[in-house]
Amino acid sequence: MFAAISALALVQAAFASGSKESSGSSSKTVTITYWQYTFPTKVTEINNLVQTFEQQNPNIKVVAQDFPYDQYNQKVTAAMHAGQGPDIMNLYYGWLPLYVGQGYLQPIPSSFMSTSQIESYYVPMIEASKINGQYYSLPIAVRSLALLWNKDLFQKAGLDPNTPPATWDQLISDAKKMTIRKSNGQLEQEGFGWNVTGQGYHTFEEILLREWGVTPFSADGKKVLWNSSPAGLQAFTYWIDMATQDKIGEQSFLQNYNTAFMAGKAAMIIDGSFDVAAIQKAAKFPWGVTTPPTKTVGGVQSNFGSFWTNGFAKGVTGDQLAAAEKFMKFLISPETERSWLKNVGELPAAKSFANDSAINNDPIYGPFVQGLKSAHATFFVDETAERQAMSDEIDKILLQNAPIQQTFDELVAKEQQIRDKYFAKQS
Amino acid sequence: MDLKAKRTVTAYSFLALPSLFFLLIRIFPTLSAFSLSVHTQKGSLTTSNYHQMFADPVFWHSLLNTLAYVVLTIPLQIVIGLLMAMAIERVERLRWFYRIVYFLPYITSIVAVSWVWRLMYDPNTGLFNEILGWVGIAPQNFLQDPKEALISVGAVMIWQMMGFSMLIYSAGLQAIPRLYYSAARIDGAGSWKIFWRITLPLLNPTTAFLAVTGGIQAMQTFTQVENLTGSSGAAAGGPLHSTVSMVVYMYNNGFQEFNMQYASAVAVVLFVIIMIITLFQLKTISRTIEY
Repeated sequence: MFAAISALALVQAAFASGSKESSGSSSKTVTITYWQYTFPTKVTEINNLVQTFEQQNPNIKVVAQDFPYDQYNQKVTAAMHAGQGPDIMNLYYGWLPLYVGQGYLQPIPSSFMSTSQIESYYVPMIEASKINGQYYSLPIAVRSLALLWNKDLFQKAGLDPNTPPATWDQLISDAKKMTIRKSNGQLEQEGFGWNVTGQGYHTFEEILLREWGVTPFSADGKKVLWNSSPAGLQAFTYWIDMATQDKIGEQSFLQNYNTAFMAGKAAMIIDGSFDVAAIQKAAKFPWGVTTPPTKTVGGVQSNFGSFWTNGFAKGVTGDQLAAAEKFMKFLISPETERSWLKNVGELPAAKSFANDSAINNDPIYGPFVQGLKSAHATFFVDETAERQAMSDEIDKILLQNAPIQQTFDELVAKEQQIRDKYFAKQS
Repeated sequence: MDLKAKRTVTAYSFLALPSLFFLLIRIFPTLSAFSLSVHTQKGSLTTSNYHQMFADPVFWHSLLNTLAYVVLTIPLQIVIGLLMAMAIERVERLRWFYRIVYFLPYITSIVAVSWVWRLMYDPNTGLFNEILGWVGIAPQNFLQDPKEALISVGAVMIWQMMGFSMLIYSAGLQAIPRLYYSAARIDGAGSWKIFWRITLPLLNPTTAFLAVTGGIQAMQTFTQVENLTGSSGAAAGGPLHSTVSMVVYMYNNGFQEFNMQYASAVAVVLFVIIMIITLFQLKTISRTIEY
C-alpha cells in the first residue's frame, strides 16, 4: 500500500512538472493581468494582441479582463483596496490625478522609458498626462473630435450632401432645416446631437472657447479662465442657445447623441474617432467626416484630444514588472498602433505617424488626424466631478430657466473650487 | 461534567460556527465602516466627514428624497397589495394564475424592469407619452423633469413590490378563521364593518411586517434610481438631484470620488435613521389583536 501511494505521488509530481516543461523552456511562466473597460472593438483587439504577444513570449501569460464602463472605477477601487488589482490597468487620462492620488499607479520606470524618451516618441498632446513632472502611464492611441454628418438627411432637407457646414452659424442654420418635431412638440429627428455629458463639454471647453479667443485654463492648470473675458460668456450663451433657442437638439433624445446618430435620427454630431468602428457597423446610411466648424470662415481651429492610457499598478515588482514591461512595450509599438487604428479606429499616439500619407488621405480618419494638429487635451484634476458640475449647472438652465450669466459664473466658481481642492491636497 | 453542562457545551459549540461567520461577515464590516467614518483619507482621526456631510445641500436633498420614497411607496404598495389579495380571495377558479401574474414583477430582475420602464418613460419615443397622446394629454418629461422624476421612480418601485404585499396578505387572509365572518354576518354586520373590525385588525401582524421590512428596503433604495437615472455621462440622482437617495449619494461619493471614508460616514447616518424609524414602527404598529 505504501508503495502504491509513493508511486502515485511520483506520477503526480511528474505530471506537475511536465505541464511547466510544456512551456518550452526551463524558466517559469509569469502570468500578468490587464484590465480595461468593455468597449467591444478594444476587447477583441486586445485579445488578438495577447495571442500574438504570447506566441512571441512563451514564458508570459496575459489574462485580459474587461468591466463595463459605468462600474470600471468601482472595480479598480475595490480591487486595489483589497490588494487584488491587475498588473497593468487601462484608464482615461482624465482620471490620472485621481488614480495617482489614491496610489493605484507607479511611475513609469525610467529604466523602461525615460521622460525625454516618452516625450520624443509621442504626440505633444500626451503631456497633459504628466503628474508632478512624471509620467504614470503610456497610451496606445489618441482621439480627436470631428463633425460627422448624415448625407441622406442632408439630401432629404434639400442641402448638398457633400458640403458639410464650415462655421457654427452654418451648422445651426443647416440643423434647423433638419430638425423635425411632431405637432405635440415631441422630437422626431434632431438636426444636431447637442449634449453636455457626451462630447459637449469638451466641445465647449476646447473648441468653442478657444475659437472665441478664450484660453480655458492657465498653463499650470490651477485657474479656470472661462469667464476671464466677455467672449467666454458669449461662447457659452451661443452654445446653450443651440438647445434652448435654436432648439436643434435635445440631450436625452434616444438616450444618447451617438445612439441617435447611428439610428439615423440625428443629422450631425460632434464625436470622437473611438466611435467610428461602431458607427460603421450600425449606420445604414452614407455619412461623412470633417473637421469641426470654426467661428468664422478660415478662422481659428481648435480640437479636443483625449486618450486612454495604460499604467503599471503600484506594488508590481520583480518578475511581474519585467513581464508587464515587455507587454507594455508590445502594446505601444508602432505595429500595434497601426493594427489598433485599423481595428479600433483610434489614431496612433506615436509622433512618427503624423506624416503618414495613407492615414492622412483616408476619408474617415483623415479629418481626425488633421484635428490632432490643433488638438488640446484638457488637464482634468477630477474629470468626473468637473463633468458633473457642468451637467448640474446646465440642467438648471435647461430645466429651471436659470439666468445664463449667473449660472455661468456659478459654474466657473464650482470648477475653480474643484481645482483648488485638488491643488491644496498636493502641497 | 454533568449532563446539563454537556448539553450546554454542545449547544454553544454548534452555535459557535454560525456566530463566527456572522461576526466576520456582518459585525466586523459594520464596525469597520464606523471606524472609517471618523478617519480622513490620510488616516488621521476626525469628525470632518460628518461636518462635510451636514453642510452639503445634496445630502439633505437625498435625505428628503429617501423619506419621500418611503412615504410614497410603502402605503401605496401595501394598500394595492391588500386590494389585490382580497380580490383574489373572491375568485373561484384560476386563483393560482392570478397569483402568478401579479407576483411576476416581484421576481423579475430590478435592473431589467428599470431599463424597460426607462425606455417607456422616454419623453420622445416612450410608450407612456404615446398612450397619453391618445387621450389628448400633452407629452410629459417623466424622468427628465425634476418635478416628475421622483414619482416616476416611485411608480416603478410600487409596481414591483405590490406583488409581494399581495402574496403575504393572501397568506394572512387565509389565516383568519372563517367562523368570525359567519358570526359577524349572523349579527348583521355589513361588508364594510367586517373589513374594518375583523379583517384589517387581524391582519395587523402582516401589515406590521410589510411596513417594517418595506420601510427598511425603501430607505435603502438604490438599484431603481441608478438604472433609471444613471448614465455613462452623468451620475445617478436624477435631474438636479431630484431622485438621489441616500444610498445613491453614498455610492457616488464612495466610488466616483474614491472617498470611502465619507461614504462610510453617510452609511452610519443611514444606519441610525433606519434604526430609529424601525423602532418607532415596531412600537406603534405591531400590536397583535386577539379575538
